[in-house]
Amino acid sequence: MSFAVQLVSPEKVLYEGDAKYVSARTLGGGDIGFEPGHAPFLAALQTWPVRVLGTDGSELKIACHGGFVQVDAAKIVILSDVAELAADIDVVRAQVAKTAAESALSANADDRDAKAALARATTRLEVASA
Amino acid sequence: MELIAASRIVKAQARVHAAQPYADGITGVVRDLSAAGAGASSPLLVARETVATVAHIAIAADRGLCGGYNSTIVRTAEHEMRDAAKAGQRNALITSGRKPEAHFRFREVPIDASFAGFSDAPSYEDARNIAATISQRFLDGEIDKVQLIYTKFISAGRQEVVVEQLMPLDSSDIVNAESTGQPQADYEFEPNPDTILDALLPRYAEAKIYAALLNAAASEHAFRQRAMKAATDNADDLVQTLSRVMNRARQDSITTEIMEIVGGAAAMADGATKADEDLLPAN
Repeated sequence: MSFAVQLVSPEKVLYEGDAKYVSARTLGGGDIGFEPGHAPFLAALQTWPVRVLGTDGSELKIACHGGFVQVDAAKIVILSDVAELAADIDVVRAQVAKTAAESALSANADDRDAKAALARATTRLEVASA
Repeated sequence: MELIAASRIVKAQARVHAAQPYADGITGVVRDLSAAGAGASSPLLVARETVATVAHIAIAADRGLCGGYNSTIVRTAEHEMRDAAKAGQRNALITSGRKPEAHFRFREVPIDASFAGFSDAPSYEDARNIAATISQRFLDGEIDKVQLIYTKFISAGRQEVVVEQLMPLDSSDIVNAESTGQPQADYEFEPNPDTILDALLPRYAEAKIYAALLNAAASEHAFRQRAMKAATDNADDLVQTLSRVMNRARQDSITTEIMEIVGGAAAMADGATKADEDLLPAN
């Protein structure tokens, strides 16, 4: 059993393929996994890696910086304004961004921009290291 | 330049197509959400009772050399603004591209915001910047209605200037949008339809602006190709006419010269026979 996965950014379709399992983290804060035949589902996503388990058992991680996921029995569409595959991530830049965000947060723990930047950098690093 | 523009049309057109899945996806999600009854009160969806200020986003090119492309947009924008003024509404003007900006600045029409430098290859980031400027003012109630004025790319041979309402988002647009094929399902939502919709509507506006920018870019290249083809053809005609004029002038001067030489030779020949006769002994 598999379903079609499509990762769409505003500029183009980033990834298209068949998968047997997809997981993501929604705005509510919970992780959610989808298998083929899932009930129709619509959610807003957090900045968090989306995991796609291919039909051949290979695992793909995508850094998804916000976005939406729309699930049907046979298809799952992830819409994200900013999404990156591991190959597109600049690890050095993400490291630098992470350090900068951490130091900004230690100065002011309520800095929302820094929090968002930290989430983005951590997500990128996690995807790139996989 | 004609060939450059021609090759760029193809690229620009491919980008319009590449952006389609996202726009369709977003529209689909908005439709499913409104089917679930979300967003009846979202400020981005509800038309205001009194429209005091209308914002016009005029999208044209950074450069000229593209025939009537810029002037049509500028004219349409002026027309729209006149109509709004007649209806007693205040106008706000946002320009994208250096040409419309220069036009309105020269005529001392106040410009609320201008964006430039990306007209031939806009990125999503550019659309996001424009959307951010507008949405804030719209949500603050400073602007009650926003419309996009741009050139829609229909085919390489046909582009049309269109005026499209951007905000409040036209809900009939969303409901009537082509369904992706599956029947409307009863979705489960997380966290809840209203929260998703709040996050989604700004994206929807961005996607619409992005689509408009891409269409405008493709149209710009199409117009430029036509303008440059006309210019090349005209130059070819000029070259032909001018070479004819030049050849004729040269031929004239050669003819005159030959006539002079022939005339001169004949005169000399006449003179010579006369002189010979003079020299002969008179007997």
